[in-house]
Amino acid sequence: MAENKYIDEPTGTETVGHEWDGIEELDTPMPRWWLWTLYATIIWGIVYVILYPAWPLVNSATEGVLGWSSRGDFAQEMEAREKELKPIRQALVSTDINKLSGSPELMQTAIEGGRSAFKVHCVQCHGTGADGIRPGSGYPNLNDDEWLWGGDLEAIEYTLIHGIRNPDHEDTRFSQMPAFGRDGILTSAEISDLVSYVRNISGKEKQSASAQRGAALFQTNCALCHGADGKGDRMQGAPNLTDAISLYGLDRESLTYTLTNSRYGVMPRWGHRLDPATIRMLTVYVHSLGGGEASPALEEVAQETLEDIPAGSDGADTADDAAAGGGGEGREDVQS
Amino acid sequence: MLQPGAAAKVGKMSSPKPADGSYFQLYESRKGVFPKATDGFYRRLKWGIMIVTLAIYYITPWIRWDRGPYAPDQAVLVDLANRRFYMFSIEIWPHEFYYVVGLLVMAGIGLFLVTSAVGRAWCGYACPQTVWTDLFQHVERWIDGDRNAQFRLQDAPWGSQKIAKRFGKWAIWLFIAFWTGGAWIMYFADAPTLTVDFWTGQAAPVAYATVGILTAITFIFGGFMREQVCIYMCPWPRIQTAMMDEKSLLVTYKDWRGEKRGSVKKAKANPGEFGDCIDCNQCVAVCPTGIDIREGPQIGCITCALCIDACDSVMEQVGRPRGLIDYITADDAEAEAKGAETPPTWKTLLRPRTIAYFLIWASIGLGMLFVLGNRTRLDIAVQQDRNPVYVQLASGEIRNNYTAKIRNMESRPREVEISVFGLEGATIWEGGTARPAQQTKFVTHVAPDSVAKVRVFVVAPPAAQESTSYVMQVRGVGDDAETDSEELFFKRPGNE
Repeated sequence: MAENKYIDEPTGTETVGHEWDGIEELDTPMPRWWLWTLYATIIWGIVYVILYPAWPLVNSATEGVLGWSSRGDFAQEMEAREKELKPIRQALVSTDINKLSGSPELMQTAIEGGRSAFKVHCVQCHGTGADGIRPGSGYPNLNDDEWLWGGDLEAIEYTLIHGIRNPDHEDTRFSQMPAFGRDGILTSAEISDLVSYVRNISGKEKQSASAQRGAALFQTNCALCHGADGKGDRMQGAPNLTDAISLYGLDRESLTYTLTNSRYGVMPRWGHRLDPATIRMLTVYVHSLGGGEASPALEEVAQETLEDIPAGSDGADTADDAAAGGGGEGREDVQS
Repeated sequence: MLQPGAAAKVGKMSSPKPADGSYFQLYESRKGVFPKATDGFYRRLKWGIMIVTLAIYYITPWIRWDRGPYAPDQAVLVDLANRRFYMFSIEIWPHEFYYVVGLLVMAGIGLFLVTSAVGRAWCGYACPQTVWTDLFQHVERWIDGDRNAQFRLQDAPWGSQKIAKRFGKWAIWLFIAFWTGGAWIMYFADAPTLTVDFWTGQAAPVAYATVGILTAITFIFGGFMREQVCIYMCPWPRIQTAMMDEKSLLVTYKDWRGEKRGSVKKAKANPGEFGDCIDCNQCVAVCPTGIDIREGPQIGCITCALCIDACDSVMEQVGRPRGLIDYITADDAEAEAKGAETPPTWKTLLRPRTIAYFLIWASIGLGMLFVLGNRTRLDIAVQQDRNPVYVQLASGEIRNNYTAKIRNMESRPREVEISVFGLEGATIWEGGTARPAQQTKFVTHVAPDSVAKVRVFVVAPPAAQESTSYVMQVRGVGDDAETDSEELFFKRPGNE
């Protein structure tokens, strides 16, 4: 070392002996406090290793004297969140579902909760956008304004609790369309006429001789459930055949298949699997998607109120608000 | 860098004893700096700047500014909890953070400007590290006495007097440090409320933690680390070497005038042999970073110019011209050493580089002021549902769903009207309300200084094209005519 000493002329400091284009690296000593910070970090490291999980072993790791674990942290956070949500869940269950719109904050919370629950329990059939995956899939699109069994809050909640066509359950919504072709009730020509008629009343086909024959067949075979005008019956989950939406599609092939073999969907009941608060959240969420209907009971009340109040007063507003049905995804004010 | 005493103490940690028998030091303990009190132009300038900067720091959070009932009335407030930044009549939202970025860019270019013109003036006068160190050194001189008394006290054994002085000094330092940390948190909450909360134990834990950390940092940095922060920790001294050139002002010892050094007595005995420097060491004695300016420009020099004051007063006493140590550029120093004329200082400040920096700095500032003066305080941002993109209704009509964020950036509640333009047969309504028969606009309420997230449904008849462009607009109701709009696309299945 002594023989390899390089000294920088102007400062008198030793250099490390390297030189790049005349630039030398001076070997200035580090400040002593810098060394102490190094020792402090070492001590910190040792303390950390003792307090927290650190050394990996074959199947696990050392546990640390504090007993901390990320899983424990998670459990604690979940517990705290549950505790926070408890009063909200209670308030949700104890409030009349038709009066939920009176407390927008609770409503909004329910919608957001429903959105999460939907992603866990419902997307498998109804799709992540609640749109029945694709038109004609047989899974209802919950965004539109057509409902087989009713689209007000109470009807949706009933469907959620009891499901549709659950054989093991009395209160489940149930109906079955006959397999007109397979069971030999109608001939294939008659079925073809009925298809023409259904396509005619839903605006897919022009009037024809076939459709006229179908009209007569419709009154004897179909009107009982679908109504004389083909507008369906929600008591039996019989779809409205005159509108633009159909569960399985409105092309001839699909309608022929349905009339021949009969088609229906099954929805599991959730009443025994989810707690009432979650059911209610899901109800409000589905109702908020855009097609939610006003509660019929509430509409009657609004109508009565309207009749009681002399014309020209603020009563009209009240009626409008009530008819709005409470539902729907509201809004939130946030600061961000 | 060899200190025999220190070497013996830390011998174990040093490199092995080399062949020639001397110890090579890897670590150096801090050499105490005991700057002497001085007076003069730059000392008074430093006093002035210290008073102004500290006053700005401590008083600013207490200035009130009336913004009405819906916004805080603190003139300068960084409201982290609500994500708002208030500065007198300006309110900045998080999405307007580019104003802060602009300020930072201006601060950066401002530093370039100052450094290229007057060197490390920031380090010497305005840097908090310098200001608080200076303040702490004044306290030190007040308790311990001036430089020589401080030396004596340092070497004195621990007795009652030394203990009293040390603890007295540290107590005052801690007091200052505490108020420094205490003033900092006032920028982040309503100052009077926070003060009461702080002393009644009601303030947020983060407030106490911040005060604690800042108190400790001020106490340690101002009391003990001092010039070590500038030399070892701060990146700016390194950056400034790149920013300075031969036309930047530097505190310079004019060696061509000062050398060869000799006392007044010696100079009298041998006229002509000695320069103006009488080797009184006053420039070293007053230096707050403990360097010798006569060794030339160096990283330890923060250009506080106290050595200029010290040298000038000595020169006056011995009847020699002032300015043996002075602010001068490297170019001028070279010219002056050769005996040439040097231009006046203002000419060295005005040159293309400083003017370019100034123009960039000023244009960013003016640009920001212009944008600030023209910004709107109502804003709409619409997001279309993508899953599903459209919904077919029983009537055959198509519905598109949107989430509109209406930003009301004024501190008053507002009624706003949301409307659709350029979509034939369209009906718009707010989520949570019943669908009206026909309507192209609806009115909704936005709380003061907040964002309303509004669910918007738009229905239009089916058409052949898959996508129709139209405009959704938000507009203040009544006298409030502020508007903002967004171009959107109405999606349909197409091929109807």
